[in-house]
Amino acid sequence: MSDLHEPQFALHVEDLTVTYGAEPALWDIDIDVPPGVMAAIVGPNGSGKSTLIKAALGLVPPVAGHIRLFGQPITRMRKRIGYVPQRSTVDWDFPTDVLDVVTMGLYGQLGWLRRPGAREREKAMEALRAVGMQDYARRQISQLSGGQQQRVFIARALVQDADLYFLDEPMAGVDRPTEDIIIALLKSLRDRGKTLIVVHHDLSTVEQYFDWLVMLNTRIVAQGPLRATYTPENLRQTYGHSAALIRG
Amino acid sequence: MGAVLSSQIVQTVLLGAALLGLISGALGAFALLRGQSLLGDTVSHAALPGIVLGFLIAGGRDLGAILTGAALSGGLAALAVIAITRQTRLKPDAALGVVLGVSFAIGIVLLSHAQGQSGAASAGLSAFLFGQAAATLRSDLWIMGGLALAALSILALVWKEAKLVSFDPDFAQAIGLPVGGVQALLTVMVALAIVAGLQMVGVILMVALLIAPAAAARQWARSLGAMVFLSMGFAVASGVIGALISAGARGLATGPVVVLVATGFVALSMLAAPGRGLVWQELARRRRARNLRSDQVLGTIHALARAHDDPDYPAEQGMLRLEHRAATDAALSDLTARGLLRETTHAPETTPHWQLTPKGRARAEALEKGAKDA
Repeated sequence: MSDLHEPQFALHVEDLTVTYGAEPALWDIDIDVPPGVMAAIVGPNGSGKSTLIKAALGLVPPVAGHIRLFGQPITRMRKRIGYVPQRSTVDWDFPTDVLDVVTMGLYGQLGWLRRPGAREREKAMEALRAVGMQDYARRQISQLSGGQQQRVFIARALVQDADLYFLDEPMAGVDRPTEDIIIALLKSLRDRGKTLIVVHHDLSTVEQYFDWLVMLNTRIVAQGPLRATYTPENLRQTYGHSAALIRG
Repeated sequence: MGAVLSSQIVQTVLLGAALLGLISGALGAFALLRGQSLLGDTVSHAALPGIVLGFLIAGGRDLGAILTGAALSGGLAALAVIAITRQTRLKPDAALGVVLGVSFAIGIVLLSHAQGQSGAASAGLSAFLFGQAAATLRSDLWIMGGLALAALSILALVWKEAKLVSFDPDFAQAIGLPVGGVQALLTVMVALAIVAGLQMVGVILMVALLIAPAAAARQWARSLGAMVFLSMGFAVASGVIGALISAGARGLATGPVVVLVATGFVALSMLAAPGRGLVWQELARRRRARNLRSDQVLGTIHALARAHDDPDYPAEQGMLRLEHRAATDAALSDLTARGLLRETTHAPETTPHWQLTPKGRARAEALEKGAKDA
């Protein structure tokens, strides 16, 4: 149970260590992300960004440490958490259409034995309109472009109607218009009080998109409000000296 | 009397083949989508030692004992594959290959031993290698029917969970589905589907009856439900047709015939299915190429008209041929048929000339604009 006198963080990570085989993917990290921010997780390849999200969602078991979402363990918070996995983790040749995939976001709320019906389809259509994909509802997912696939995944997370969203590289390999649509949507979610935690790979847009930053390289390098955290010194420590130049 | 008896045997065989088709068709769709074809092949080959041991322990051809043995040794093989993949650096395909080979070798050794020991009584055992539909007994149908009913009911009950776990296991786990449990359930049911088909199709080829109908169905289906139903249809048809053919020809094992029929469905689907079939794709490619050539000819006439400051400028066919070579004539007749061009004369010349219709001009301008935007 959460202590009412403590500030309640949307994401609270304490002494977390995760390993794949012998290699540590995350080493003794502590993170606090307050509610209502749009936070970027940045770091070089293999720095544990996706692992952090997966650990927060309970998809990979920690070796040590624990994670709280709004003061609760993930197992009690699943209905308040939304997730956008990396696009490449699924088989886009699966025989189904766009509307069906978006409806999958409601399976958790539906529970066992209940089939999605007209109400669920209407919610899914609403989410498709929000990402500008309403005309593609009956399109086979095998016929989508990368940007369209990503928007379908975002729509599926939207129907979850969560308070905290985890997004794993939602801007990877998408076209410019799609990126603009996604960012506008995420910002409007944040403005409605939702918390967004986004694995992000493009340093050139960090300042433009986010207001909170977690800099990761197996260990935590720095975290906090964007302006105070996004410094050349922190960048150098996260990426090594070569990347300090990236900042324009 | 003889006719009644034989028709009853045929009925039994056909009903058994149809029930098997329902099971293997439905679960084959999930096996295919979850990338478990090779696991299926390993489980099926690894069933052989269990079949022989079941026979030896029961002391005769008792289908219950034989199938229990098959399920146990097949399941053991599946566990061995998982353990080897987790504990060593071997890749899954190598683990599958090793386990398949070892289990099948043990099975063959046991089979030779059993045949040496009990002679004629075990003669029927080798039928499990390639399948023998005619050996199906009336009482076997109850087992098959029970398996089919159980498999289809379970699939209906966990349909949306099975779909999500097959498509996106990470997301399924994130929303709280017991992904490991659903995956285990699906894998166990695939193994049971294989065991159910061992008598009719045999350990060596059973995986084909699991995967081929699903592969054929994938070509046509636009939803998981359609894929499962089509897969069941192809599997039932393969089983029934194959059993009929093999029953009609003395000494012809059922498995190979069933598999050949199923493969026929796959070949047909690969070629002809709309959207995904090779023939369809080739036709679509040619249609695109033809449209592109027509657009290019239209663009040339439009450019000539603009260069001459005359929207109705008649372009000479010989000129167009210089530019577009052999494709010219086909493109001209295509464009005329679509109402984008009309043929005209340009006195005193006698050769054919072509000018844009208003519709053709609009199309050419739209193409030009599209090219600029891209």
